[in-house]
Amino acid sequence: MNLLVCGVGGQGVLLFSRVVAHLALTMGLDVKMSEVHGMAQRGGSVTSHIRWGKIVYSPLIEEGTADIVVAFEQLEALRYIHFLAKTGKLFYDPLQIEPLPVQLGLVEGLSESAVNSRLSALGCYPVPAFKLACELGEPRIQNTVMLGAISHFLEFPISLYQEVLRSLIKSQHLEINLRALTAGRNIIRPKTKDGSPTSLG
Amino acid sequence: MSNIVQQLLSGNEAVARGAWEAGCQFAAAYPGTPSTEILESLATYPEVYCEWSVNEKVALEVALGAALAGVRSLAAMKHVGLNVAADPLFSSAYIGVRGGLVVVTADDPGLHSSQNEQDNRFYGLAAKIPVLCPSDSQEAKDWTRLGFEISEEFDIPVLLRLTTRVAHSRSVVKLPTADGRRPAADLGEFQKELPKMNLLPVFARVRHIDLERRLDKLQRYSETTPINRMEILETELGIICDGVAYQYAREVFPSASFLKLGMVYPFPRELVLKFAEKVKEIVVIEEVDPFIELQTRALGLKVRGKDVLPRTGELNPAIIRRVLGQENSEGDRRQAESPVEDVPNRPPALCPGCPHLGLFYSLQKQKAIIGGDIGCYTLGALPPHNAMDTCIDMGASITFAHGVDKALGDADPRPRVAIIGDSTFFHSGITGLINAVYNNSNVVVIIADNRTTGMTGHQDHPGTGKTLKGLETVKIDIAALCRACGVKECIRVDPYRLKETKRIIQKTLKEKKTAVIISERTCALVAKEKKPPKRIDPEKCIGCRACLSLGCPALSFSNGKALIIETRCNGCGMCGEICPKEAIG
Repeated sequence: MNLLVCGVGGQGVLLFSRVVAHLALTMGLDVKMSEVHGMAQRGGSVTSHIRWGKIVYSPLIEEGTADIVVAFEQLEALRYIHFLAKTGKLFYDPLQIEPLPVQLGLVEGLSESAVNSRLSALGCYPVPAFKLACELGEPRIQNTVMLGAISHFLEFPISLYQEVLRSLIKSQHLEINLRALTAGRNIIRPKTKDGSPTSLG
Repeated sequence: MSNIVQQLLSGNEAVARGAWEAGCQFAAAYPGTPSTEILESLATYPEVYCEWSVNEKVALEVALGAALAGVRSLAAMKHVGLNVAADPLFSSAYIGVRGGLVVVTADDPGLHSSQNEQDNRFYGLAAKIPVLCPSDSQEAKDWTRLGFEISEEFDIPVLLRLTTRVAHSRSVVKLPTADGRRPAADLGEFQKELPKMNLLPVFARVRHIDLERRLDKLQRYSETTPINRMEILETELGIICDGVAYQYAREVFPSASFLKLGMVYPFPRELVLKFAEKVKEIVVIEEVDPFIELQTRALGLKVRGKDVLPRTGELNPAIIRRVLGQENSEGDRRQAESPVEDVPNRPPALCPGCPHLGLFYSLQKQKAIIGGDIGCYTLGALPPHNAMDTCIDMGASITFAHGVDKALGDADPRPRVAIIGDSTFFHSGITGLINAVYNNSNVVVIIADNRTTGMTGHQDHPGTGKTLKGLETVKIDIAALCRACGVKECIRVDPYRLKETKRIIQKTLKEKKTAVIISERTCALVAKEKKPPKRIDPEKCIGCRACLSLGCPALSFSNGKALIIETRCNGCGMCGEICPKEAIG
C-alpha cells in the first residue's frame, strides 16, 4: 500500500503520516515512511511517503503507483497528481494557500475555483477538512479531520485510530483530535458497490 | 518473542538508540539537516552526556578527547560539517581510540537543505577510516553498535554514513524490552601515552605505519563481515550497492543477485571478485559519486554504473527502472497522468513575524555588496528581498566581504556587508571577524541574532544560556565578544523597528570601517508571543503594494487592495510601519 501525503509546511503533514505509519505498525506490518525536514519546512511544499505491506524496501513511492494521495491543499494536489496509480484515489482539501511568489505578485497564480474544477474533472475527491477544523474551533486539526475522512479507505479498524492518536498526541490536545477524527469520518460515506466515495458536504 | 518490541524509528533516532545500547557515554554535535535529531534523540537518554558543540571541529575533538579518556563517544554532523571537522578526523585515524569513537556523517543527496551534495564515503578513503553505510533504521541502530566494537577492536574511529533518506525515513526496528545497554566503562585515571596521542612528527611517522597495519586487519575484516553479504538468486544480473540504494534496487530487481555492502571502506576486494564469478553482468547502483564503482573497476572488472546512472541528485526506484530498462511489475496500474506543468512553485519562505523580514526590508535599496551565510536568513537572497550576493559555507559571509573589500579597494564604491546568524557567528564567524579587524577591512557585519539556531529547528547555542540537556549556563554576550575582537563600533538594533534599523544601517554603511550591527529579536516561532492579527482598512488602502515588499507570507493582494491573511498573521505590526496611509492597524 502506497500513501502519499502532500501539503504546505506547517499544515501537520508529518503528524498525519506518523499516525498512518503507526496504524500499519500496530497491525504487525512492515512499514516505511520518509519525511522532509530543514529548509523545505519553512512554508514550502512538503511531502511524506508512507508504504506498508508484508515487506517494504524503498521508502519512496514511485510516480504512478500511489494507492492514495492525500493533499492538504489544492495546488499541492495538482503538483503531485502524477504519483497516483490508475486505480488510486486522490483526496484534497479544496482550500488554496497562495505560494508566496503569487501572493507578492511575482508569478501568475491559478484561481481556486479553476483548480477545483480541474481536480474534480480528474476524478479527485474534495474533503473540506480545513473548513471543518475551523468550525470545530481549531484550524490545526485539519490533519486529523482529513485522517478521519480517508479512514474509510484504509484497512485499519477505527478503534485502532483512537489507540494510536492516544499514543502520539499530548493529552491536552487528545480530545479535540478525537472529535476531529469522528467529524472527518462523517464527511465521506463510501458507496458499497464500487468503493468510490461521496462527499456529504 | 515477547521480549522484543517493534518500534518505528527514524534513522537518526535509531543511531541514538544504537549508541545508547552500545554504552556510549559522550556525544557532541553541531545541528545540521539531516543529522540534527541524532543528538536531540540521544539527549533524552539520561545516561549519555550530550552537548551542542560550537562547531563540528569542536564536536569531533571533544568526542575524541572523551574516547581517549576511555569512554565510548559519538560525534554527529551533516556532510559539510565533516569538512569543518576534517582536521581532527585525519589526526584521529593516526591516534586511534581507547573507548570506541563513532563519527556520524549525514549526507544530503538531492540538496534538500544543503549547499552541496558531496559524497563523504571518500573521507574514509582519504582519512583511512572505516566507513559503514546502513540502508534503513534497523541497520542504523545495529551498525552504530557495531561501529563502537570495530572502533575498539581495531583502535580507530569509525565513520557511519547516513543519507537523508536513511536519516529521515522511519522504518521498523526490533528492540529488546529488557535493558539492552552495555555497562558503562570502568574508568580510572587518564593514562598518558605520548607516542600514541602526540602527533609530533617523530611519533606520527610511527603511528602512520601502525595505521597501515590496522587498515590491513580491517581489510580482512571487511572481506568476512556479515554486513557485506551476497544474496545469490538469478545469476544473469549482479548488483553491487550500499545504503538506501539497496532498498531502491531491491524493489526494482526482486530476483537479481546482490552484493550488499555495509562496509564500503576498506573495500572488500576478494568478496567482490567472488561475486563477479557468480554473475554474468555487474551493475553498481549507488547515489551521487561512483565510490564503489571506482574500486570495482580497479579490480579489472567490467561493470556498468555511472555511465548510465545519474551522478547528481537522489536515486529512486523510478530512475533505476528507467535507466536500466526494468519493467514495473505493477505496470498495468500506472496512472497515465503526467506531471502538471503550470502549478506555481512554492519555495520555502521566512515566517510571518520573522525578525529577518524587518532586517531585509531595511536593507532594501542599499547599494551594497552583501555576503550571505547559512541559516533561515539565506532565504533573503530570493525575491522580494534580493538581499544577498553569496551563500558559500558557514562563516563565509564575513570572509567573502573582506576578500572583496581588499580586491576592489576604491574601484567599487559600494559598501561591503556580511549577514550572518547568531549560531553561525559562534560556529565560524568569529575568526573571520578577527581577521577583518586585524587586516584593516571595511566590512559591516550584520549579525541576525534571533537567539536560536532557527533553520534546524531551534537548538540552543552559546548565546542562549541553555545547554542541550536543558541546563542553565553562561549566556555569551555577542556585542562584548565583538568588542573583544577589536571591533570599535558595535550597535544593537531591533529589526521590528524598521525606520530606526534602516537609519542605523545607512549611517554605518557610509562610514568606511569595520563595524558590527546586531539585529536582535527572538525568532517568531520561539517567542510565541502571538498578538491579535492586524487588519487592513480597505477604505484607506490605496493599493500601492509597499507592504508587500516586506515579503511576509501573511500579506497578499486582491482586487487592487492589500490583504492580511488573518490565520497566518502573528501581529508583529511591521507592515503597519511601512504603510504610507496608515491603513494597517
